Amino acid sequence: MEENERQLSRFSRWGLKKSPWAFHLNTGSCNNCDIEILDVLTPRYDVERFGITLVGSPRHADVLLVTGVVTMQTLPRVLHVYEQVAKPCLVVAIGACGCSTGIFDGSYHVVGPLDKIIPVDVYIPGCPPRPEAIIDGVVKGLAKL
Amino acid sequence: MSLTSLLTYVGLVAVFPGFVFTAVVGLLSSWFDRKLSARLQWRVGPPWYQSFADVAKLLGKETVVAAGSARLTFLGAPFVGFAAVVVVSTVLWMASIRPDGGFVGDLIVVLYLLYVPSLALIVGGSASRNPFASLGASREMKLMLAYEAAFLVSVFTLVVKNGGIVSLGGMVAYQQASGPMLSQGISCIIAFIVALIYLPAKLAVGPFDIPEAECELIAGPYTEYSGTPLAVFKLTKAMLLCVLPVFLITLFATTAWSPWAILWYVLILVFVVLIKNTNPRLRIDQALRFFWGPVLALSIVGIVLASLGL
Repeated sequence: MEENERQLSRFSRWGLKKSPWAFHLNTGSCNNCDIEILDVLTPRYDVERFGITLVGSPRHADVLLVTGVVTMQTLPRVLHVYEQVAKPCLVVAIGACGCSTGIFDGSYHVVGPLDKIIPVDVYIPGCPPRPEAIIDGVVKGLAKL
Repeated sequence: MSLTSLLTYVGLVAVFPGFVFTAVVGLLSSWFDRKLSARLQWRVGPPWYQSFADVAKLLGKETVVAAGSARLTFLGAPFVGFAAVVVVSTVLWMASIRPDGGFVGDLIVVLYLLYVPSLALIVGGSASRNPFASLGASREMKLMLAYEAAFLVSVFTLVVKNGGIVSLGGMVAYQQASGPMLSQGISCIIAFIVALIYLPAKLAVGPFDIPEAECELIAGPYTEYSGTPLAVFKLTKAMLLCVLPVFLITLFATTAWSPWAILWYVLILVFVVLIKNTNPRLRIDQALRFFWGPVLALSIVGIVLASLGL
């Protein structure tokens, strides 16, 4: 996890800010946040303007969009996918569940909010957050890099 | 060989018209592809430097080598494909810029070297120990078997037509003397149509993006690649997007080094993007049947007509 502090040249840092590729990971979400993520990619919001595209392989990802409370079933998968992502990467917890376990707090199958499992850079609360909020969160996260 | 001529050769391969020039044109072309696709979907699309930013970012990112993959082959394959495209781009542009420069048979060399990026993708994908990558590599191999036969026949239609000239410079000079190939009869027009169908399949876009079908195979052979090797693959792909239209222009429309060639280049790119945006992906068996059936038959009709002098 120290790898995430990897130093980038100014050239690559510019590239990273102009072309963040997102990988979408559902860790037990009710699908509502996932639909909002898809909204962000539609012509109405068109995040390809900022170079953001959805990629299928975690190896290509720069931004890990995690939706949902982490369940016992998904815990090993979350760790696995986080290790697969080429660093540096930005981890974004989307929705009330990812940020704080939301209405599932205290359930028997809940392992915890995402930041107990992997380091989280950006929290986007909401049930679900609006597409504008998701874009805003990712942009703020990129400013951190 | 003197030092100056050595430096000239290095400059030809590394800067102009080889690596740097072709890479810039290729990356701008791949931006053009994305922008036009976005406009066709009523979106705004990425800014002009998008492809440069993609490559810049990937060059800086961590390179992960999956446990159990063949390390040397996995990391080496992208560079082999890249080197082949650099050589092809140099030979092709030089044939247009200085038609008297080449050597007999460089057409065959270019045809062989154009296989290498696809082969590198197959080898790299197979070495990465990932089921999606293996499946993508196997599809890439089948697709290669499908499209190459028809394209070779259409290229040799031109050789039959021009009386056995197999050097690129010679073909350019022949066309400068007696008009572009496209104006020399029905057989050449048929060959051009076959070459246009070959283009999206070779680039693995449009209805032929079967090897990297993102909703079935994650990213096909690219699945396990990250960081610099992925950047090299992206760059190779962008350069192919420049090299293949240039190859077609050299073969059919006299020379790639004239103002008219820019018009041809843009028209061919627009054709590829339009086909890509209006056709759903084929299954691999449908692609094989398409190329080995109607397309190969068409190209054989072309070569028969050419040998009859039409």
